[in-house]
Amino acid sequence: MADELNAIKLVDITKSFGNVVANNRISLDVRKGEILALLGENGSGKTTLMNILSGIYFPDGGRIYVSGREVTIRSPKEAFELGIGMIHQHFKLIDVLTAAENIVLGLPGSVGINRKALFAEIKELASRYGFEIDTGKKIYDMSVSEKQTVEIIKVLYRGADILILDEPTAVLTPQETEKLFNVLRNMKADGKAIIIITHKLNEVLAVSDRVSILRKGESVGTVDTAKTTQQELTDLMVGRRVSLEIDRPQPDENAVECLKIVDLTCKSPEGHRVLDSVSFSLYSGEILGIAGIAGSGQRELCESIAGLYPVHGGAILCRVQSQDGDYRENIVGMKPTEIIKRGVAMAFVPEDRLGMGLVASMDMTDNMMLKSYRSGKGIFTDRKTPRAMAENLIKRLDIVTPGVSTPVRLLSGGNVQKVLVGREIASSPSVLVVAYPVRGLDINSSYTIYDLLNEQKKKGVAVLFIGEDLDVLMELCDRVMVLCGGRVTGIVDPKSTTKEQIGLLMAGAGSGKAASS
Amino acid sequence: MGANSEKTKRVLSHAEPLVRLAKRSDMPASKAWAIRVASIVAALAIGAVLIVALGHNPFSVYADMVKGSFFTKTSRVETIKIAIPLLGAALAITPAFKMKFWNIGAEGQILAGAIAATYVALFWIDKMPRPVLILVMFIAGAAAGGIWGVIPALFKAKWGINETLFTLMFNYIVLGFVRYLQNGPWRAPASSFPQIAMIGFQSRLPKVFGVHIGWIIILAITVAMFFYLKYAKQGYEISVVGESVKTAQYAGMNVGWIIIRTMFISGAIAGIAGFLIVSGEDFTLSESTAGGVGFTAITVAWLSRLNPFVMVFISMFLATLSKGSNTIQTNFKIPASAAEVLTGIILFCMLGCEFFINYKLIFRHRKGDEAGV
Repeated sequence: MADELNAIKLVDITKSFGNVVANNRISLDVRKGEILALLGENGSGKTTLMNILSGIYFPDGGRIYVSGREVTIRSPKEAFELGIGMIHQHFKLIDVLTAAENIVLGLPGSVGINRKALFAEIKELASRYGFEIDTGKKIYDMSVSEKQTVEIIKVLYRGADILILDEPTAVLTPQETEKLFNVLRNMKADGKAIIIITHKLNEVLAVSDRVSILRKGESVGTVDTAKTTQQELTDLMVGRRVSLEIDRPQPDENAVECLKIVDLTCKSPEGHRVLDSVSFSLYSGEILGIAGIAGSGQRELCESIAGLYPVHGGAILCRVQSQDGDYRENIVGMKPTEIIKRGVAMAFVPEDRLGMGLVASMDMTDNMMLKSYRSGKGIFTDRKTPRAMAENLIKRLDIVTPGVSTPVRLLSGGNVQKVLVGREIASSPSVLVVAYPVRGLDINSSYTIYDLLNEQKKKGVAVLFIGEDLDVLMELCDRVMVLCGGRVTGIVDPKSTTKEQIGLLMAGAGSGKAASS
Repeated sequence: MGANSEKTKRVLSHAEPLVRLAKRSDMPASKAWAIRVASIVAALAIGAVLIVALGHNPFSVYADMVKGSFFTKTSRVETIKIAIPLLGAALAITPAFKMKFWNIGAEGQILAGAIAATYVALFWIDKMPRPVLILVMFIAGAAAGGIWGVIPALFKAKWGINETLFTLMFNYIVLGFVRYLQNGPWRAPASSFPQIAMIGFQSRLPKVFGVHIGWIIILAITVAMFFYLKYAKQGYEISVVGESVKTAQYAGMNVGWIIIRTMFISGAIAGIAGFLIVSGEDFTLSESTAGGVGFTAITVAWLSRLNPFVMVFISMFLATLSKGSNTIQTNFKIPASAAEVLTGIILFCMLGCEFFINYKLIFRHRKGDEAGV
C-alpha cells in the first residue's frame, strides 16, 4: 500500500486519441497540504491528465490511487465521491441563479432550501479560507474573479479535499491573482491537496511547493519550487535551452498616424455599451498593446476596426496612400469589402483562428484565397496563385504540414496561427490588428509570432496587439493602452510603468469611476 | 476522511465500462469504402433471413430484383425513370446542404415547379410551337421552384428563422394547393373523379434512346453542379458559409445574399425535377406527383457525401431497389410491406455504417494487456 500522505498518486497513466498519445505512462503524486503546479506547453497532455482524474476521460492504462487506495474513476460524479473537485477554465455556472443557488445546485437534499442556514454555512466556509463572497448576488452581476470564487466554493462545499484548477489566473488581474493565491495557501494550510495547471512561470514560482513538468505527453520530472528557476523550468518544458528575452526594436523616428480612433462607441445586441468613447492613435512602425481583463471590449474594438461590429458613434479614420497624396477615410459603417475597395490596407488576425480567420476543413490553398477569391475574371476561382502563396509560406515560416492540401484543422495550433498571420502579412498591410496571437501556442511558436510582428514593425507597419499576458505586453510593445469595461483607463509607456500600475488600470482605477454600464 | 474512505470502497467495486467509444480520424478512404461495401453485404444477409422467414429462396429473390430492374428494355426504362427525379432532387438539395442550410422542402419545391409547368401545358398549349412550349415549361418550373425555395431563405437571412421547420411546412402548403387545384379550378370536367386533365402531346418531352430527354438534362446538371461547387467562386462562397458564417463575414462575403442565391438555385433544380415528372413521366399533376422523392433525395445526397457523380449511382441503386421490390411483389407474392422492410434494412445498414467509420469501439480488457487496443 502506498503511504497515506499522498492525496493522489498516478502511476503509468496512458491515454491516446486515435494515433495521438496524449498521455504516455505519466506518473505523479500530490501530498496532502501541498500545492503542485502542473507545467507544460499546450498539447503536452496536462488537461487530458486532469480530465482523467476528474472522471471526464477514462484512461487506456495505468493506476490511480486516492489516499493510498487504488480506485477507478468512471464519471465526474465518482470523482466527486472521492473528494476530487475540478475548477475548469470555462466556468460552469447558471447566470440567472445566485451564488448560493449555484453552490447547492444538483446536491441531494430536501425540496426546500433553508437559505439562512445555507448562507451561514457558505459564509463560514468563505471566511475559513479568506474568500469574499456575496451569497445572494446573481452570477450575471459578477466579475470573472467573483465567478471563480463561486466555482471554488462550490467544489469545497461538496467536500472536495483535492482541488484541480485549470489555468485559474488567465482571466484575472495581478491583484486578483494575488488574492487567489492567498486563498490557495490557506487551503493548503488546512490540509487540502491542490493541483494548479498553468504555463505562467512566475506564478508557478510564487505559489507552488513542487512542480511537475509534462512534455509531449510524458512526464519529464518533478522539482522542488524552492530549488528551481524560471530558466530551468522553461528548459525542462521545452526540452532544450530557449531565450526568454523578447526583442523590442526602436520605433520608427518619422512615424505617421495610420489609424485614428475618435470617441468610438459600440453597443452589444443587448444594448450595453461594450466600447465607450474610446480614442487613440496608432502610428507607423510601432506596436501598441491593448491590456485588459478578458471581455473589456478588446474583441469589439478589433472587430469594429475591421468592419465586423456595428458602430454606434465616433469615427475610425484610416490613412490611405494614393498618388495625389495621403488622405484619411472614415470607415465607420463600411463592410470589409468596401474598406478594401477604398484602398485601406488593413489586415486582421482574429482571436478565433479556426472559427473566423480560417476555414477549418479547407486546405491551405483554399484558405489563402479567403479574402482574394474574387480577383480574376470569370465565374471560376484561380487556385494557382493561392497555391504558390501557400507553398511560399510553408517555406518561409517553417510551417509543419503534410502539404498544401491538408485541411488546416489537422495542423497544430502554432502552425495554424502561422498560416493565418502569414496570409494577413502577405497582403502587405499598413495597419495590422492582431488579437491574442499567441494564445494556446507553445513557447517556440510564440517567439516566431513576436519576431514576425517585430519584422512588420520595422517595415513601418502600425501594429495593434491585443494581448493577455502582461509580461509579454510590457516587453514587446512600445505603448500599452489599458481597457476596462469598454473605456480607456490609460495609455502608458511600459518601460516606465510597473505591472501593478497596469493592474490597477485594468481594474478601472484612473478612469474616474469604473465603467459598468 | 472516514466518510470518504467508505465512499472509496464503494467506487472500488465499479469495473471499467464494458464498451467505450472513441472518435477516429485516421481511417484511410479505401478502408472506409470497404466498410460501406461490407454494410451492403450485411444488409443483404439480414434481408435474406427475412426472405427465408417468408418461405422463399433469398438468392432467387435478389436475382429477380436485379432482373426485374434491368433485364428487359421496358424495365430499364422504368428504373431510369424512377432515378431521374430522385437524382434531380438530390442535386437540388446539394448546394443547400453544402451551405448547412437544411432544405427539407425539396418535395414542395418539386410540386411548385410541377404546378407552374402544368399551368403552361394546360393553358398556353395553343399559343406556341412545341419546342418553345417545352422551354417555357422548363423555365416556369425552375422559376416557381426557385421562388418557393427563396422564401424560407429570405426569412433565414433577414431574421435568422429556422429553415428546417420552415421548408418542411412549406411542403404541406403547396401540397394543399395541388389538392385545391385538383378538386376546384383545374378539375377535368369530363372526369367523375377529382383529377387534373392529362397534358397534351405538344407539351410532352421527346424521347432519346427510349427515355424522355430529362435524363440528358439531369446529367448535364450533375456535371454543372460538380464544377459549380468545386471550382466556381460562388461554390467557394457556399463552402465557406457552410463551414462558418463568421469566417464568411470576416472574408467580406454578403452571407444573406449567398443564402438567398443558393436557395434559389436549389429550389430551381427541384422545380426542374417537378417539370420533368409532369412533362416526361406522369403527363398530369396530382397529389402524388412528388411522391416523397424530395425526402428520399436527402438519403441520396447524404449517402453520396454531396458528391454529384456519386449521386448518379446512388439514385440508380435506390431506383433499382424500388423497381425490384415491385417485381418481387408480383413474382413471389411478397407483400409490399415486406419489400419496403427490405429496402429499409439496406438503407439502415448503409447509413449506420458511417458510425463505424467515425468511431471505434473499445471493449473492456483485462489488466495486464494495457499496451493493446
